[in-house]
Formats: sequence, structure tokens, C-alpha cells
Amino acid sequence: MSQSTKNYYLPGPSFWPLIASIALFLIFGGFALALNQIGSGKPLMIAGVLVFVYLLHGWFGEVIKESVSKVYNKQVDLSFRWGMGWFIFSEVMFFFGFFGALFYARNVSLHWIADAQLLWPGFVASWPSAGPKLVLEGSIGPWGLPAINTLLLLTSGATLTWAHWGLMKNNRNQLTIGLVLTILLGFAFVLLQAHEYGENVFTIKSGIYGATFYMLTGFHGLHVTMGAIMLTIILLRVRSGHFDAHNHFGFEAVAWYWHFVDVVWLFLFIFVYWL
Amino acid sequence: MSTATAKHDDHGHDSHGHPTGLMRWVKSTNHKDIGTMYLWFSFTMFLFAGAMAMGIRAELFQPGLQFFQPQVFNQLTTLHGLIMIFGAIMPAFVGFANWQVPLMIGAPDMAFPRLNNMSFWLLIPAALLLVASIFVPGGAVAGGWTMYPPLAIQGGLSMDMSIFALHILGVSSIVGSINIITTIFNMRAPGMTLMKMPMFVWTWLITAYLLIAAMPVLAGALTMMITDRHFGTHFFNAAGGGDPVLFQHVFWFFGHPEVYIMILPAFGILSTIIPTFSRKPLFGYASMVYATTAIAVLSFVVWAHHMFTTGMPVAGQLFFMYSTMLISVPTGVKVFNWVATMWKGSMTFETPMLFAVAVVFLFTIGGLSGLVCAILPVDIQVQDTYYVVAHFHYVLFSGAAMSIMGGVYYWLPKWTGHMYDETLGKWHFWLTTIAFNVTFFPMHFTGLAGMPRRIPDYSQQFAEFNMISSYGAFALGLSQLLFLYVVIKCIKGGAKAPASPWEGAHGLEWTVPSPAPFHTFETPPVVK
Amino acid sequence: MNKRTILSFCTVFLSFLASSSVQAEYALNLRAPVTEIATQIYDLHMLIMYVCIAIFIVVFSIMFYSLYKHRKSAGHKAVQFHEHHMLEVVWTIIPALILIGMAVPATKTILAMKDTREADMTIKATGHQWKWEYEYLGKDVRFISTLATPQEQIHNTAPKGEHYLLEVDNPVVVPVGKKVRVLLTAQDVIHAWWVPSFGVKQDAIPGFIKETWFRVEKEGTYRGQCAELCGKDHGFMPIVVEAVSEEKYNEWIASKKAAAAEAAASGDKEWSKDDLIANGKTVYEKNCAACHQANGAGLPPAFPALTGSKIANGPIADHLHIVLNGKNVMPHWKELLNDVEIASVVTYERNGLGNSVGDVLQPAQVKAAR
Ligand code: HEA
Ligand code: HEA
Ligand code: HEC
Ligand code: CUA
Ligand SMILES: [Cu+2]
Repeated sequence: MSQSTKNYYLPGPSFWPLIASIALFLIFGGFALALNQIGSGKPLMIAGVLVFVYLLHGWFGEVIKESVSKVYNKQVDLSFRWGMGWFIFSEVMFFFGFFGALFYARNVSLHWIADAQLLWPGFVASWPSAGPKLVLEGSIGPWGLPAINTLLLLTSGATLTWAHWGLMKNNRNQLTIGLVLTILLGFAFVLLQAHEYGENVFTIKSGIYGATFYMLTGFHGLHVTMGAIMLTIILLRVRSGHFDAHNHFGFEAVAWYWHFVDVVWLFLFIFVYWL
Repeated sequence: MSTATAKHDDHGHDSHGHPTGLMRWVKSTNHKDIGTMYLWFSFTMFLFAGAMAMGIRAELFQPGLQFFQPQVFNQLTTLHGLIMIFGAIMPAFVGFANWQVPLMIGAPDMAFPRLNNMSFWLLIPAALLLVASIFVPGGAVAGGWTMYPPLAIQGGLSMDMSIFALHILGVSSIVGSINIITTIFNMRAPGMTLMKMPMFVWTWLITAYLLIAAMPVLAGALTMMITDRHFGTHFFNAAGGGDPVLFQHVFWFFGHPEVYIMILPAFGILSTIIPTFSRKPLFGYASMVYATTAIAVLSFVVWAHHMFTTGMPVAGQLFFMYSTMLISVPTGVKVFNWVATMWKGSMTFETPMLFAVAVVFLFTIGGLSGLVCAILPVDIQVQDTYYVVAHFHYVLFSGAAMSIMGGVYYWLPKWTGHMYDETLGKWHFWLTTIAFNVTFFPMHFTGLAGMPRRIPDYSQQFAEFNMISSYGAFALGLSQLLFLYVVIKCIKGGAKAPASPWEGAHGLEWTVPSPAPFHTFETPPVVK
Repeated sequence: MNKRTILSFCTVFLSFLASSSVQAEYALNLRAPVTEIATQIYDLHMLIMYVCIAIFIVVFSIMFYSLYKHRKSAGHKAVQFHEHHMLEVVWTIIPALILIGMAVPATKTILAMKDTREADMTIKATGHQWKWEYEYLGKDVRFISTLATPQEQIHNTAPKGEHYLLEVDNPVVVPVGKKVRVLLTAQDVIHAWWVPSFGVKQDAIPGFIKETWFRVEKEGTYRGQCAELCGKDHGFMPIVVEAVSEEKYNEWIASKKAAAAEAAASGDKEWSKDDLIANGKTVYEKNCAACHQANGAGLPPAFPALTGSKIANGPIADHLHIVLNGKNVMPHWKELLNDVEIASVVTYERNGLGNSVGDVLQPAQVKAAR
């Protein structure tokens, strides 16, 4: 049903898009209901997540099948590269919004609150802060767990590049070992991050500090988790012999993603933990 | 709005044929079918949001409360704004992009046909969430399309539904723009360099960048709203160290580029129609490209002109005033280029050209009133009044929506294979243009004289102008039904359209038969 | 359309095109300014508008000339030029210069607008859903100002008055010729304090204090409205400022103080149930009816009914507590109402609106509970 001219592969009709839309409808609709304590919300959401997982499995499965059966040509490969690149850019902008919120609250609006002595007598602007009405218990500096986490992520970036070299040299062992190491480092990061959350006495409700801290690190952690899962899938695909020295865009895409997550962490480390 | 009879051309390799009936649309990976669905979706939403505008105008027909309780009135305004912007104008332009970009650059389809279909099908759950929110306890969102906290934090279930609807629309837009960017960069016919691309493609390329950069920021703002509402964060609450104005900053960082997202493709359509009917090449192609880029870049540093009354420090106020004023320069370049394109042409005035000329004229009124808003001290008087409502309907209705109408007339022959009814088209044009001005021109006066926007009832000094506006609005609404009729009539039949129905038209889309066959440019054409 | 509207419409268009003395009668332009800043804004607006109209006329004369002359039906042949660098540079630079010409006076006005130093007096205005609270700092004067237009007029059962929707029970009073600084904040959501004749509009943002100023030059009553969507009754929270002579202003301050003292004194005495209920009804209709409705039915689910409500029929202490301290969207009335008012309104809610608990709350009890 698909048409593949010698120039560009065009897939045939597909159900996946509709399933994607159903999945998001269930997830978000269910979430909205659940947030308002309406009973059917949670089951809907769970159903949505299941459909979503089914969708990812099915859709990516189809793409992988097409990729392995070599219907893609160089131009299609390039499309994937453009696509992934700009997808990552959109993610950058997502984090940009939260960083903007952090800078604004910390350097601008907090001082204005302190200026409004008529409303908040005695409040002084300082960072970290939970605002005039809340008490902030504890905060977190850079040189404990966060530094270790930085090291973990940076190393994982290196091991991933090393694995990539292995792939390009057709050195399967180097590739596999590099990938496994990266995945382990990634999950170790997530575990440590979870541990850190457990240790923190302040919560997401602890005013602006808690809010920005957990939003930024939380969304980052989510991305690391997704990245690690994607790497695991890549590992499985490597085991099934999907990639060779010239054709491995799937690998590269995930690698780009991983480096992006790395860079975001560096910014987090500097602006959330350190300065 | 292609015809249901678009032929399934026989392609040697294409032995299975395509699904027909509903499945043709549901499973579609064809840019033309998807474009068609986008356009119909957008028109449906236009009627829906337009009907709400009729409600607004009916309530404002006279002072006093007539039909709606204040809360319901606010719901009408909010949904009208949200649905017009996210449901009508944006999807219409994506529909154009789907139909025209591959045809104009000589590509066989979009770069990612399945994702393309997903972008469309994501609109449906989003629309369902928005529309269903009308029926939940407490009613639909009522905090304005700008959803400023803390008012938005007070909303109920419908607020969450709307936020998530916007999240989904964001995903749809981002995926769609990635697709468009990739298509434009990677699938142009050999020989079509960037500086040979049709202007419409250029404007969409830049629009796609605006979308990719702006939509995720909106998603971030809405996410903070959700956590403030339900998870105890204090982003927008001073007691916890946050600031309600933070939301406005993040929102308008998205919101201002968003308004150019809704006008740049319109500029592209104008830059296609005007040369065709002037029988002359577009004047100043290169400067058009630079102007579009300049508008896009500037649009990210002007956002706080929506917040002149929030009490920013003076340095911020001055910066945003200057940068906003600066945008007039590249926009002016465009207007001048269009006029220069017409200059010494050989013009005819078919419906698309009528729309294009009217848009240049009326958009400039809207642009100039925007400039008046940009002058901060004056904005202090007109912010949140009907002057602003007049401004943005001049740029949005007579800028964006009327460009869309012009574009539809222009490409209908290509899409359906039939010529539309020229007489009825002209009737639609004149009715729309006159009714539009009757509706919105008086709002400049009511605004200056001090009528706030988003109010269900007003003091008596505004009664006359509001009544005029309402009469105009009802006429405007009815005229759009004529549009619907003309389009359907054209799909159903009419004079057969040749491959290139317009004498002065250039471009690859006119080299394929009308209606454009299901598959086009499987072997890329070569552009010299 | 009836004849009158057609007529006024034509007049408007003509007078606008002639752009001569477009003013007052048809309310076509900014309201007559009564402060230095408002005058500057007015002039600035006229300047910008004329420049814009001039640009517009130039550009579109050319376009319409071309539309007419270069028609195909008139036999015009297209000339295939498509570039002219000099022209393009010129029409980039000239608008830029025009803009600079606009920016200079605008900048001056902005700097003046922002200069709140050396004020003669300061008023703090707080936006509430849907009323304004004013406090004269250092003067010990504080009051609430709500819409005075009767509901019957809004619901079209009575003819509308002259100042329909633009009238309040307690206007702000200021002396003419004095620089008045206004500090703005809000209790619940964002409101905006706007008096067109003063050229003043400033958002009132909960948790923050923003400032603005004005100096009225002419005695008179000036009307404005809340200019930021703040919920259901956004259209119904006007602002009225009376600018009076210095003496009249001082008298007014004295009378406000006397009234406050009297109210405080009446809080010390024991009130009869009937007096409380009668007084409570007024307080209720002014302050509470916007949300809970005049008959107590509320607007569920946003605003609960008080008729039959658990709290209004339960222990009186809980009832008092929620009125004093608020809850979620329900405002706290501690600072806004005095002991007598709170005692009356609670008593009224328990013995009116379809409730009949029968108990009474005395002002002294309110004082104790604060
Ligand atoms: C398509 C949508 C669109 C477009 C293109 C624009 C274009 C512009 N807008 Fe508009 N705007 C909106 C949609 C749009 N706007 C919306 C929806 C709102 C309200 C949002 C809300 O609150 O709900 C809004 C509100 C808005 C405000 C805030 C008003 C307020 O709330 O107080 C301001 C203030 O600066 C503004 C300014 C401008 C300017 C300077 C331009 C410029 O880009 C215009 C440039 C064009 C010209 C100037 C005309 C052509 C130029 C020439 C002929 C050259 C010569 C000219 C000179 C030298 C002057 N807009
Ligand atoms: C692209 C955008 C777009 C478009 C095309 C329109 C189109 C129209 N808008 Fe717009 N409007 C906005 C975007 C748009 N609007 C936005 C963003 C806001 C701000 C919201 C906010 O404050 O949050 C707004 C706010 C707004 C207000 C201010 C409300 C308020 O502040 O309370 C008004 C008031 O008159 C108004 C009127 C109209 C009218 C009469 C039309 C007409 O052009 C509509 C014409 C179309 C139809 C009518 C549909 C076709 C006909 C039918 C469905 C059949 C029924 C017909 C009859 C009964 C006659 N709009
Ligand atoms: C801005 C709107 C608003 C105004 C004005 C208002 N209320 Fe309320 N009131 C509410 C809301 C909302 C609630 C529900 C609070 C909750 O449970 O979250 C409420 C709850 C109450 C309750 C408890 C009812 C119950 O059964 O839960 C009482 C009693 C009450 N208000 C009294 C008053 C009085 C007395 C006044 C005026 C002096 C007043 N309210 C003015 C919004 C308002
Ligand atoms: Cu208060 Cu609008
Ligand atoms: Cu803007």
C-alpha cells in the first residue's frame, strides 16, 4: 500500500495516528477528571497509558521494520535527522520556560515582594526562599549528591560516545559494553536523584524554591528516565543486529537526546544547586 | 476541501489501492487529504466560535443584561477567543501548508506522512475537551483566552480540561512544524534553492520556527498553572514567593509570536495572490524574506507590550515600547512591496484579488492601531478596552481570516477541479468587507471613549456604537454562511478548471492537473 | 437599522474622516483630560493618530491610483520590474525616522508618569472581587466602595439612570491641585484601577504593591472602571473620584473619622435581634449578594448557597470564623467590616435567607473572636 519511488519512501495508510489521538485523549481527559476527584478519571488515565504504550510499541515497531527492510534511502534518513534535531530544540524551549521562571522569581519578583512591606512586614528577599508566608526547611547545595550525579551523567555521555565509536568501527563488543555502561549510569543517576528527593525536607509545596527546584529537576529526571529506556531499546536492537557502521540513525537520535539531557543537567547544576 | 472524487491514479507499484470511505480519512497519509481535513475542521470551528461571537454581540446589543448571566458571558468571550485562535485560524493555515507546500516545492508528500496525520487527529481530542468543558459543572473557562492567574486558578474542572486541550494542541503544532520544516529543507525539487522558493513556503518555514520555539513555552506556563492548581506549588502566588505576573511573562513570550504565527502565512498568501493578478513578479522578493525573518526574530523580544499596565520598571517599559515600535518597519516593507507589486501591473479583480487588496488595506489599519497601542502612554488609556478589540480583529479577521478566504478562492480550482461561482464569490467578498467594518470600526471609538473589554454590560454612552457593531456582526455572520455555500457548490460542480486557471499564476502547483491527482511529483520536477 | 443609528453612523464616519473636532458628543475620542499626564497622553494620541492617518493616506492613495490606472480592463500592460534597491532602502529608513519622532515625546511622558516622588498624600487602593477598598494612609480613613446601581436597572426592570454602572456608594475624595500617590494591590485576583480622565491605569496585583499618581486640576466627579478581567462581576466594579477643594476635603476626612468613631462606639453596646437583622440585610446586600445572591441561593458550584447551608445553620462560632477568615475564594472580612457589621450579617444569615436558627451574634463576641 505504501509507495516508494526511487526518491522517497512514503508510508501507506496507518491507524497509529488515530490511536495516538485516542491515547492522549484518555490520558489528558482522565487526568483532568482525576485532578478534580472524579471517580472515572484514574481508570481512564490508566487505560490511556496502556494504549499509549501499545502505540509506541506498534508504531516504532513498524518504523523499525521499515528501517531494517531498507526501504529508507539517504533522503529519508536526512528527514529523520532534521526531525529529531528540531524536536530536541522544542524540548530546549520547554526547559527554557522553566529556567525563565526561576530567574524571574529569584532575581526580580522576590525583591518586589520584599519591597511591599505594607503587605509583608519584615520579609527580606534572599535565595533560597519560600516567600513571606511559608517556611523553607532546608535546601540543597551542589557538592554532595548533585556533584556525584553530575559526574555520573558526564561519564555516561562519554561512554555513549565511546559506544558510538565502537559502532562506527564495527566493534560490537565496544558498542555493547559502552551502551550497557551508559544505561547503568543513567539508572544510577535516577536512583540517586530519587534518593535525594527522599532526603530533602522541603517539598514542591515549599514556596517558589521548592516549586522551581522540583519542576526543573523533576522534568529533567523524567527525561533521563525516558532516555535510559530508549537506550535500553537501542541495546536490544543492537543485539538483534539492527545497526551497522553506516546505517544507525536510531542510535544517533537517542544519543543526541542523551547529550541534550546532559546539557540541561549542567544548567540545572549551575543554576539550581550551585549559584 | 478537495473533492470526494479525487481520482486514485493508478501507479504501477501501488497495487493495493487506497482505503475508501471513512478509512481513507482516518488512516490517511496523503498530504492533500489531510489538508482537506484540516480545512474543514477549521471551518467548523470558525462557525462554532463565530456563533459564540454572535452571542457576545447579542448580549452587547443594548445596555443591561439580556440573554446571559455575566459568568456565561465571560465563558463565551473566552471560548470564542480560544477556539478562533487555536481551532480556526491556526488549523486553517496548517491546512494550506499541507496542500500547498508539497505542491509548491515539488515534493511527493510531507516528510513524515504518518506524523502529519497524527497532527490532525490530535486536534479532535483537543476540540472535544474544549467543547465538552461547556457542559461540566461550573461551565466553561471564563478567565479570558489569556487565562491569567489567580483568576484562572479559581476555575473548576473546565479549566483543567482547557489546559490539557492546549497541551494537546501544542503537541500537534510542534509535530506539525517539525514536519513542515523538514519537508521544506529536505524535499525541495532539484534546482529549487531557498531563494527560489515561493513566498508562501518561506513564510510557513518561518512560522514553523515560531511555533517550535513558542508552543513549548506555553506548555511550560500551563504546566505551572496545573501544579499551582493541584499540587501546591506557588509559582503565581506571592505568599509563597511567586508572582502572578510571571505567568503573563511566560504566556506572552508565547503569545506575541503566536499572533505572528497567525499573520505570516497570511502574508505568504497575499504575496502569492497579488503577483498573480497583477501579472507581475513579486516586488522585492529578497527584502520580503528578510522582513519576514526580522518580524519573527523581533517577535520574541516585544512580549511585554501586553503588560504595560502591570507596573514594570521604567527600563522594561521603554525597552518593550521601542522594540514593539520597531516591528512596524519590516511590516511596512511588506506593505510597500505589495503596493509596488501592483504598481504598473495589469490587474484584474477576481475574488481572491479582491480579498488580497482588502487585506492589505484593512490589515494596515489594524497594524497602525497596533502601533498606537505600542505607544506606552497611549496604551495606558486603551489597554483592556475595545480599542484593543478593534486592533486585533483588524489584524486577525481582516488580516488572517480574510487572507484565508482569499487563499481558499485562489486554490479552490486546484483542489476541487471546478471553478467557484465568481458572482457569489464577489457577493461574499463585499458583504464580508462591509459588514466587517461596520462591526469593528466603531470599536475604536468605544474603546477610546473608555469602554472596557470583557464586560457583559456597559454604561449608556456606548449604546449607539454597540448597536451598530451588533448589526454588523450579525450581517458578518450570515455572510459566512454564503461562503460555506460557495465552497460546497464548487466541490459539487461548476465549470471545469484547467491546470492553471489564473492567467498570471506561476509555480509548480499549476503544472499538475486540476483537481490535483492523489499523488503528485513522484518524480521530482526540475526547477531551473 | 433604525434611522437614528444610520444617521449617527454616517456622522461618525464623516467626522472621523474630516478628523476635525471629533469629541465629546459622540464619545469618539479619549475623555477630556483633567491632569497634566492625561493631557500629554491626549496630545500624544492625537499626534500619533494624525501621523498614522497621513501614512495611511499616502500609501493607499498610491495603491488606489494603481488599482485604477493599472487595470487590465483599462488596457494597461504589466511592466516586469521586481526590484529597486534605493526605493527599498528609503522606505525602510523613513518609517524608522518617523518612529523615532514618535518615541521621543512618548519617552518623556513615560518618565513623568513613573515619577511618584514627593507626593502630597497617599491612598492605598485594594481590589476585591468585586469592590474597591480605600485606605488613606496616615489619616486613619478606610472604606469600601461598591457599585450603587440597583439590580433592577441592570436586569432591565427599571429605567437606567444617568450614571448607570458608573456610580458607587462611597466615592474617593481628593483635593484638587495635590499630588496624590496611589498604592495598588489586590486581595484575590488581578484588578486594574483606571480613571480615564486622569490618564491613570494600573493593575492591582495580589501580594504586590504597584504605584501610580495623579494631580487633578479641575473640581469634578470622575468615573472609571476596573480594567482587568477579574471574574463574574468584572463589569460591575466602577471607580468614582471626587476632586474637591482643600476645605471640602478636610471636612470630608473629618466626617469619615466621626462616622468611624460612631461605628466603634455602637459596637460596645448590646444590639437587639431585630436591629441586627435589619442592619445585616444592608450589609449582606452590599457585600455578600454578589456571590451568595440576594436570596441566599448562591451560584453553585462556584458559590455555595447560604439558605440551608450547614455552616449558616451550624455552630455560630464556625460561621463567624469563615466570615472573619475566609476560605479559598471566600474573602476574609476581618479588615473590611467592623464588629457591628459582621455581627449583623451573621445574625441576618442565620435568621433570614430562609434560615431560622434563632440565635444572635453580638458585636462584642466578634471583637473577642478577632
Ligand atoms: C495577527 C495578529 C496580530 C498582529 C499582526 C499584530 C500586530 C501588532 N500588534 Fe497586536 N495584538 C493582537 C494580534 C496582532 N497584533 C492580539 C490578538 C492582541 C490582544 C491580545 C489580548 O489581550 O487578548 C494584540 C494586542 C496588542 C497590544 C497590547 C494592547 C493592550 O492590551 O494594551 C499591542 C501593544 O503594543 C499591540 C501592538 C501591535 C503592533 C505594534 C503590531 C505590528 O506588528 C503592526 C505593524 C504594522 C503596521 C505598523 C502597519 C503597516 C506599516 C506601514 C504602512 C509602514 C509605515 C508605518 C509607520 C512608520 C508607523 N498589539
Ligand atoms: C482569529 C480570530 C478571531 C475572529 C475571526 C473573530 C471574529 C469575531 N469576533 Fe472576536 N475575538 C478574538 C478572536 C477572533 N474573533 C479574540 C482572541 C478575542 C479575545 C477573547 C478574550 O478577551 O479572551 C475576541 C473577542 C471578541 C469580542 C470582545 C468580547 C469581550 O471582550 O467581551 C467581540 C465583541 O464583539 C468579538 C466579536 C467577534 C465577531 C462579531 C466576529 C465575527 O467576525 C465572527 C463571524 C463569524 C460567524 C458569525 C460564524 C458564521 C455564522 C454562523 C455560525 C451562523 C450563525 C449566524 C448568525 C446567528 C447571524 N470578539
Ligand atoms: C467573592 C465571592 C464571595 C463573596 C463576596 C462572599 N462570599 Fe461567602 N463564600 C464564597 C465562596 C466561594 C464560599 C465557599 C468557600 C469554600 O468552601 O471553598 C463561601 C462560603 C461562605 C460561607 C460558608 C457556606 C457553606 O455552607 O460552606 C458563609 C457563611 C459565607 N460564605 C458568608 C459570606 C458573607 C457573610 C459574606 C459577606 C460579608 C460573603 N460570604 C461574601 C464566596 C463569597
Ligand atoms: Cu476587578 Cu475587573
Ligand atoms: Cu503582541
